[in-house]
Amino acid sequence: MNAVLSTILKRLGLGIATLFVVSAIIFSSISMLPGDFSEAVLGQAATKETVTAFRKELGLDKPAPVRYFEWVGSVLQGDLGTSFSGRNASGQDRSRQVSDLVMPRLWNTLFLAGVTAVIAVPLALFLGLTAALYRNTAYDRIVNAATLTTISTPEFFVAYILILFLASLWPVFPSLANIDASTALGERLYRVALPALTLTLVIVAHMMRMTRAAIINLLASPYIEMARLKGASRSQIILKHALPNAWAPIATVIAFNLAYLVVGVVVVEVVFVYPGIGQLMVDAVTSRDIPVVQACALIFAATYILLNLTADIIGIVTNPRLLHPR
Amino acid sequence: MTDHPEANHDILLKMRDIRIDGYSDEQWHPIIKGVDLTLRRGEIMGLIGESGAGKSTLGKAAMGYTQPGCKLTGGSIMFDGIDLAKAKDREKRQLWGTRIAYVAQSAAASFNPAHRLIDQTVEAATRRGIRPDAESRADAVELFRALQLPDPETIGNRYPHQVSGGQLQRVMTAMAMSPRPDLIIFDEPTTALDVTTQVEVLASMRKIVEEFNTAAIYITHDLAVVAQMADFIQVLRYGEEVEEAPTRQMLTKPEEPYTKSLWSVRALEKPEVKGDDIVLSIDNIDAAYGPLKVLHDVSIKLPRGRTVAVVGESGSGKSTTARVMTGLLPPLSGTVTFNGEVLPAALKDRSKDQLQRIQMIYQMADTAMNPRQTVEEIIGRPLEFYLGLKGKEREERILELLDMIELDESFMDRLPSELSGGQKQRICIARALAARPDIIICDEVTSALDQIVQEGILQLLLRLQKKYNITYLFITHDIATVKAISDEIVVMFEGKVVEQGLKSEILSPPFPDYTKLLLSSVPEMDPDWLTNLLENRDI
Amino acid sequence: MSEQPETYTAAAEVGAVRKRRTGFERFVMLMKSAPPSAWFGMIVVTLYILVAIFADVLAPYGEAEIHPVPFAPWGGDFVFGTDQIGRDVLTRLIYGARNTMGIALATTFLSFLIGGGLGLVAAINRSWLDQALSRFVDVLMAIPSLIFALMLLSIFGSTITSLIMIIAVLDSTRVFRLTRSVAVNVAVMDYVEAARLRGEGLGWIMRREILPNIMPPLVAEFGLRFCFVFLTIAALSFLGVGIQPPTADWGSMVRANASLIQFAKYDITAAITPLLPAAAIALLTVAVNFIVDWFLQKTSGLRE
Repeated sequence: MNAVLSTILKRLGLGIATLFVVSAIIFSSISMLPGDFSEAVLGQAATKETVTAFRKELGLDKPAPVRYFEWVGSVLQGDLGTSFSGRNASGQDRSRQVSDLVMPRLWNTLFLAGVTAVIAVPLALFLGLTAALYRNTAYDRIVNAATLTTISTPEFFVAYILILFLASLWPVFPSLANIDASTALGERLYRVALPALTLTLVIVAHMMRMTRAAIINLLASPYIEMARLKGASRSQIILKHALPNAWAPIATVIAFNLAYLVVGVVVVEVVFVYPGIGQLMVDAVTSRDIPVVQACALIFAATYILLNLTADIIGIVTNPRLLHPR
Repeated sequence: MTDHPEANHDILLKMRDIRIDGYSDEQWHPIIKGVDLTLRRGEIMGLIGESGAGKSTLGKAAMGYTQPGCKLTGGSIMFDGIDLAKAKDREKRQLWGTRIAYVAQSAAASFNPAHRLIDQTVEAATRRGIRPDAESRADAVELFRALQLPDPETIGNRYPHQVSGGQLQRVMTAMAMSPRPDLIIFDEPTTALDVTTQVEVLASMRKIVEEFNTAAIYITHDLAVVAQMADFIQVLRYGEEVEEAPTRQMLTKPEEPYTKSLWSVRALEKPEVKGDDIVLSIDNIDAAYGPLKVLHDVSIKLPRGRTVAVVGESGSGKSTTARVMTGLLPPLSGTVTFNGEVLPAALKDRSKDQLQRIQMIYQMADTAMNPRQTVEEIIGRPLEFYLGLKGKEREERILELLDMIELDESFMDRLPSELSGGQKQRICIARALAARPDIIICDEVTSALDQIVQEGILQLLLRLQKKYNITYLFITHDIATVKAISDEIVVMFEGKVVEQGLKSEILSPPFPDYTKLLLSSVPEMDPDWLTNLLENRDI
Repeated sequence: MSEQPETYTAAAEVGAVRKRRTGFERFVMLMKSAPPSAWFGMIVVTLYILVAIFADVLAPYGEAEIHPVPFAPWGGDFVFGTDQIGRDVLTRLIYGARNTMGIALATTFLSFLIGGGLGLVAAINRSWLDQALSRFVDVLMAIPSLIFALMLLSIFGSTITSLIMIIAVLDSTRVFRLTRSVAVNVAVMDYVEAARLRGEGLGWIMRREILPNIMPPLVAEFGLRFCFVFLTIAALSFLGVGIQPPTADWGSMVRANASLIQFAKYDITAAITPLLPAAAIALLTVAVNFIVDWFLQKTSGLRE
């Protein structure tokens, strides 16, 4: 078991190291801002004193490594900085803590992603598996064409088509998913239905294709042919011989697509005006509210890294060569 | 059909007029063109042929199985009254793994990495309910013991990647024997093994097949091996049967010219000539790949215009020695001296002239040539690069070289994929010659070729040596090739030189232990060879 | 010496079964074996390219020409109506083809130049440089590209140049990974080693030995990358941080007219207007994907 444990720990360490490097990149982006941004943020309130004070507040007068560690320190304590918005011409500082902005949004996004994942993952695995088993039949060809079409279309197209048919022409679901902290669960699910459906369609398409490819690849292995020559029936081959070796590739597919979910959520939130972290980031980008952008980017990156790490670890834990070394 | 006086049992397998087509290059081509095969219970049949003859396809067809990309277009396969050519999948599956078993060439690829060996061994028998699971497991242990596997009680609990290639091959045989089948098909089972391992595996296989009176088809391209195992032999060529006869008769009195030519190949032998003018020597070479040391104090001398054969099994360090000579692997210590001057250890430090003098030819001609370059470009490049030849001069020289390797100008604009194995290797030889080298290192250049083609290549190399006084370093694991081509021999084992000297000295007693083991493990064309060897070794 | 049977000559050995066909014959065979989806793809792509090239001739009005009739219904002077400030939708669609496709193409080329070049170098080097590049690429790929693009765009602003550069650099990571992996497979071949032994320089080995042998997967990847870049640019424009008005672009056109969808019950054509550019995007991507899918099937040689 030791080999497995040490490999997992190594991988974990690599993940954490990557996270630090990524955070450094995100952090250093602020230093790439063109010089006049502080004036732009302060707008009419930009005088020499306020600009200097602003820059001091951002810590731009200190050397970079010091700034970085201070920043990391405060992030770990939950302080993500102060938003640029709200420092306006009236001279009053109505800026808010980034964490106050981000946290509720994060929960909303996780809710949406969770609902989607619960539906999409089993559905995609089932479709992918059956398509691989019934390769080249009419069923396979239809599913293939449908998924190819879906992954080729932009998410907003899928979203608007759904809105057209399920919210506009026949008002089954609402086209705006505006929820807030007080919305009850049932109401939430109702409002989140269309965004979740959009995401599900897109994710299922991707995941199903990848699962199908992974299973086909597995079925081409020599030991599968050997099992056939030993007289195993089709279902025995799938369940007994192929499946134990399929965990690693399937886990990779799932993790990869959940990571894709993280990205797809942004567009969907904008279309349905859903108060999630994706929409927050887009708004922040448009208004060049850098601390918010940084915080969102960091959260997205961390999720992404975490998911890939999980996939790798599942791959390690299910690899017989590592579980039973020579 | 010929008589089989050794076996008086009833007919188990009768294949008549088998035709199989394969799909490649957008069309169907015939692979097997009307072959008959008859096998009685308890008989062992040897199926020989060169690569592409269709042996493996025919062997799998004996089970009623065609690979994806192949289809059975005619003939009948009568197995104990059932026509496998017409049987439904379900019926065939009842037979597979229980009454007919298959032992593949690559054991490592054929075992499921996620299951223990013993589970895979008893799987077929248990699933069909031939006997209760516990009994099958106990039986499997006994089979492991009979096949001389180490720790038969516990080896079954291991996973495939935890045992060696030779052991896996034997476990595969146990797996085939577990349900006590009527017929086992052995598809080149020892081809991938070292010569010394091969002896043990062959002995185990033969013993167990005889013990349980199983019929077997033994497919191979190695004549000496099949001579040990089979009661009668059938020769296949380009999907058609050439000849069939009982073993002893076929070995002593073959009828067809093709069969005779297969046999005669092993008779080539170059008379040795001693040489004193040393063109290249490597002295006290230690080399390593990262932390792993692979060569220990290796010293070899190459006399000009002679052939030095370096012989050893996998892991002996033969190829690594070649890499040190060419500069691909700088040694940890020791020197490489060419024509009296010490060569820089690393390739990038050597001059063009130094690089030109030592050329290399590889084992797999498929990967040794750029698939997108024509023969003209492949041979022409060294001419441009080293000799600065252009235009008409270059073309004439290419034609000369083609002539030297016994091909004509129609080959100039062919791509490697349009050449046969032997032709590809000849082009590689021409490429090496184009540079006008002093030394050519031949790294297992004939190992991947069929017997007849091998002999052609060896003869060509000898002719070229005589004409141009080229020195060869010939790396091989095949003793027959060594006898055929060398003046001096270097025996290597685990990164050290075991002994070195003239051919006649090395190949005659007294032998150091390893050389003795190596030489005696080479199968000979005598059907009693294996039996005698085993008696002598008390296995 | 032993005797050879007289029938043996080296030249008479039977090679692998391959007929050499001329380029034209191969092309005809290729076209004949194409499934309907691939035909569909090829026709659509050709049409789009023609529209993009001849945009000036085909469009009824100027790209940024404003008419005093915002949100005009379909028909009459304006085939698909006008958008929210009175520009003809059809014109914008046609010019959008040129702009969006052109930018995506430029970005993909740049991405291949960077990623492909570095990938080749890494594959040949396979030591410290390879390690350094691979680690760097791993880190870059640890951030989802849309997010990273959003972040960089917020810093550098959304000009066409910055858009192309940012997406090209981010996308080149995938091209790097693919090029490196296929090139490594080729770089370990004996014929590459034979070239090294000859003393050939790095440039020769890259150009003549490795590159010709990795073209099929690279060509397929070009198609896939183009689709991805195209969709990403469309998404960024849709979000408002990509191509800025007044440049005609399909992504931002969708956003601008999105509010019309709620009027579906009253005027179905108005509701479809924002979907037209979205459909244009989808159609092109589907077409390219069909072609690439077919191409991959041909070159992977899967025995079905």
